[in-house]
Amino acid sequence: MSNLLELFKSMDYGPAPESASAVNAWLDEHGRKFGLFINNQWVFPPQAKYFPSYDPSNGALLGETVQAGQPEVDAAVAAARQAFAGWSQAPGVARARYLYAIARNIQKHHRLLAVLESMDNGKPIRESRDIDVPLLARHFYYYAGWAQLMESELRDYQPVGVVGQIIPWNFPLLMLAWKIAPAIAMGNTVVLKPASYTRLSALLFAEIVAEAGLPPGVINIITGSSQAGTMIVTHPDVDKIAFTGSTEVGRILRRQTAGSGKKLSLELGGKSPFLVFDDADLDGAVEGVVDAIWFNQGQVCCAGSRLLVQENVAETFIRKLKRRMSKLRVGDPLDKCIDMGAIVDRSQWETVDSWVRTGVSEGGELFQPDIDLPEKGLFYKPTLITGLDPAASTVQEEIFGPVLVSLTFRTPAEAVELANNTRYGLAASVWSDNINLALDVASKIKAGTVWVNSTNLFDGASGFGGYRESGFGREGGREGLFEYLRPAWMPRPRPNFDPAAAGKWGEHTPARPMMPGVVEPGANGGSSQPVAESANGYALPHVDRTPKMYIGGKQVRPDGAYTLAVLGKKGEVVGQVGDGNRKDIRDAVEAAHAAHTAKPGWAMRHGYNRSQILYFIAENLDARNSEFVERIVQMTGRSKKSAQAEVDMAVERLFTYAAWADKYGGAVQETTLRGVTVAINEPVGVIGIACPDEYPLLGFVSLMAPAIARGNTVVMVPSQRYPLSATDFYQVLDTSDVPGGVVNIVTGNRDHLVKTLVQHEDVDAVWYFGSAEGSYHVEHESAANMKRTWVNYGMPRDWMSREQGEGHEFLHEATQVKNIWIPTGE
Amino acid sequence: MTSHTRNPGMPLDLDWVMSAHVNRSAVERRTATLTKRRTVKKEWQAAWLLRAITCIDLTTLSGDDTPGRVRRLCAKAKQPLRPDMLARLGLDGERVTVGAVCVYPNRVKDAVEALRGSGIPVASVATGFPAGQTPLPQRIAEIEQAIEAGAKEIDVVIARNYVLTGDWRALYDEVRQFRQACGEAAHMKTILATGDLGSLKQVYQASLVAMMAGSDFIKTSTGKETVNATLDVGLVMLRAIREYLERTGYPVGFKPAGGISKAKDALAWQSLMKEELGDEWLMPDLFRIGASSLLTDLERQLYHYITGRYAARHHMPLG
Repeated sequence: MSNLLELFKSMDYGPAPESASAVNAWLDEHGRKFGLFINNQWVFPPQAKYFPSYDPSNGALLGETVQAGQPEVDAAVAAARQAFAGWSQAPGVARARYLYAIARNIQKHHRLLAVLESMDNGKPIRESRDIDVPLLARHFYYYAGWAQLMESELRDYQPVGVVGQIIPWNFPLLMLAWKIAPAIAMGNTVVLKPASYTRLSALLFAEIVAEAGLPPGVINIITGSSQAGTMIVTHPDVDKIAFTGSTEVGRILRRQTAGSGKKLSLELGGKSPFLVFDDADLDGAVEGVVDAIWFNQGQVCCAGSRLLVQENVAETFIRKLKRRMSKLRVGDPLDKCIDMGAIVDRSQWETVDSWVRTGVSEGGELFQPDIDLPEKGLFYKPTLITGLDPAASTVQEEIFGPVLVSLTFRTPAEAVELANNTRYGLAASVWSDNINLALDVASKIKAGTVWVNSTNLFDGASGFGGYRESGFGREGGREGLFEYLRPAWMPRPRPNFDPAAAGKWGEHTPARPMMPGVVEPGANGGSSQPVAESANGYALPHVDRTPKMYIGGKQVRPDGAYTLAVLGKKGEVVGQVGDGNRKDIRDAVEAAHAAHTAKPGWAMRHGYNRSQILYFIAENLDARNSEFVERIVQMTGRSKKSAQAEVDMAVERLFTYAAWADKYGGAVQETTLRGVTVAINEPVGVIGIACPDEYPLLGFVSLMAPAIARGNTVVMVPSQRYPLSATDFYQVLDTSDVPGGVVNIVTGNRDHLVKTLVQHEDVDAVWYFGSAEGSYHVEHESAANMKRTWVNYGMPRDWMSREQGEGHEFLHEATQVKNIWIPTGE
Repeated sequence: MTSHTRNPGMPLDLDWVMSAHVNRSAVERRTATLTKRRTVKKEWQAAWLLRAITCIDLTTLSGDDTPGRVRRLCAKAKQPLRPDMLARLGLDGERVTVGAVCVYPNRVKDAVEALRGSGIPVASVATGFPAGQTPLPQRIAEIEQAIEAGAKEIDVVIARNYVLTGDWRALYDEVRQFRQACGEAAHMKTILATGDLGSLKQVYQASLVAMMAGSDFIKTSTGKETVNATLDVGLVMLRAIREYLERTGYPVGFKPAGGISKAKDALAWQSLMKEELGDEWLMPDLFRIGASSLLTDLERQLYHYITGRYAARHHMPLG
């Protein structure tokens, strides 16, 4: 106790370790060797290879886990498939009780889970104890509720089937919850693979699941390398893949699952902006930065890693921030008196360090506070790099470590521009005490989550997920359910196309003239045959009428000056359309963007205004009803009655989306925040749409209308066989006050045009209703900029049916959810 | 309270006052997580608890205070920890007393007599404590009388009406006069009575004005408001102190008061001080805790540290 007097004078902090005894006992009981969790049993494959799990703070070996191979993955998928039959048919109340039991069990083992998580991952016990594990329980409680309500609230949906889930090492338990809870709530069964560095907490969770009495096979946990991940992703009996991790791996998964009919959701990287305006509570914002970038050592996909400060307060703010950094304590993750623990692995540490060196070489000014680090272990100082330009790679690329870069801005407009100057769009944090400014900026930032005067807030009731290359799909909230549901009418798409056989796609040789009566298979077109009419005994040809492209509200000739014949049922030429090429698509996309940047931009108009325009389109279409009927009959040879039904349904559909134009804005989420969390259904942006051949008019309208109703602008590629209904339609658009560029129509070879669209990096989504092969290519090519895709895998749908041809599925595809968190209290 | 240069105050800077921004949710998040980010255990905790004792303004501010009651309190102030416990902590040679004894003006004389020779200052509340709703001459006279009776520290209350109506000039002028009345004879702690104020922003602004007017300490509460010292208002006041220090170079002390009765509360306040302002603000010349029952809990926790057994309240001598 002689030390006491000295401490009485120095008032230093001392060690405050959380005990690891229970975790060590658990590890020892397992002989520090863990099997795979399949059918609620531990499976130790003969001749299995094992992989070590280390405590990154001290290098101690915690235990070993199996490296699963193909037989084990097959066994896990088979177990999940077998369990699916019963689980998907179980009443919602039964599934709700299981989820509830899991949530309760998590709470019963709260501390054990937290300590293990910190030991395996290196994160501070404060975080695992106060954030990760409480959110883990919360997620299961939240989705227990949706299991209960599914039968009444989601009766138009069915579970997807067997779900493969691959999660990262930064939040092993939380990511597990985000994946498993909504999946099993909706009646799916899962095969989950934890990250290689952090496998142990998932295995402890498995025991908690078994203790809760969950039926065997509903949750299976497979440990293994990325090869095991690939085995899950490519397994033919897996119906959906959910992944959280790097954008790089996300691209690979997008390509691996392309064309397979598997659903896919990806939660990827970010370089999230943290905006500080001059009227912010600067001290509060400094604490926000601490929570943004030094939470979990900065190994957070939504870390606020890009600080943008208004120029007039930048100096003050950076001074405050540096002072605050000098108070951060880095050390033993199990110490209850630290702010930052260890980096997960040596290789990650090296990556972070190399980024910091890059930042310096790019001209940045490095600041690391003069604080103590433990002598051994993978610790890294909180780091700030100032003075960088937007072009610096350290400003653009995700570092995934405790490294903050900072820039300044002058005006709110510039702040938004800088914030959006990124390929990512996961999250953002906006600090201002002016509600007008804060909410305006929040609405303009392209990100799935925006925190106003706060940061890194999470709750089961709010969806989380990205815009742009931060991925697609949402986890949490009601919006998170749809990743694990399929419309009730729709079977699992099993496209009859082998990607291995994929050859060249989307190639097209422009059309040539054709002698009358000559229609050769494979010919691209030909000239129309003048039909004789009598005029004073003289045979008059028809007035030539060749529709043009419709771009930016104007009728324009095809760039390539080629023309494509449209043939009737008997092969006769019934008309001609422009044969579009890359440049027509380019122009159409530019026009579609211009319609967003116009004042007022299409998305910025009121829903009321958009609904008025949709009603006006319906009115004008109906006025030309008989003309459209005739055209359908002429092209398709269908009966007049059938064509009439199609036109009538097209008018009805326009009414449907005129209705939806002001009734799908979003919701207030019931999170734990004091204040409001608003889920806003924002438009996706510019959507390229390839229309189906069945129902030339109705297919076109059924896809265009939901897209524009929800504020998107579109580049429509009409049915290749029957394009004339679409080209007739632009005259309807012209008379309906549709602003130029909102709807653009490019005719020609469908896949040729779609290829350009899907490869266009300024197109936000592509909807494709064509062949299985085309669907494969669209999904595969979309990986370049992670654009959203919606394809039919060559499966037809009944556009005349209200169940299949309209409704929530269309609205869902036309929007992406942004959650804005707005704390209240003066 | 002498090792630092006293804050002389400065002219009222209204631009600075008006530019304040305090976001309540951000403040709450900081205080909620701070207590989870920082903890001290074992001998570190014992040292901190001991240090907390030296920062207590041991207080009695009741209608039924009598000379006898004040004497008893002063006896406790001089010997806040049982000598046997101090010895077992290895601190028997060390002077461990509370920071001050705090009483009403009428009881100052009693306290001064009881504490004579101990070196413990007597603090007196003044200026129409607790409401501050008496005419200004009387309020100032109270300061003068308390000083005359031997008080070395004066805890003044502000007129809340000036804050609530935004009359910063009037607030400044009054507190400036209080400070002049204190002169060199006594240090001044300015009670903002934050429980009566309308927002955290007003707390921040009132803190600034009080410091500009020359306060040596700013203090949260009289102990008589319905809401007293919370970490939230404390944080806001500490940030104002930090800003004032950075702009003027003068350190101003801080005193939370009211409702702090557990050792755990004291540790939380100490963490807040250490994190937001630094180690100097853990010492009694810049940090006081206005409390009466806190001392007993600190003793009990130290007893537990020494013996490993939980202590009975009635084993600790009454103050």
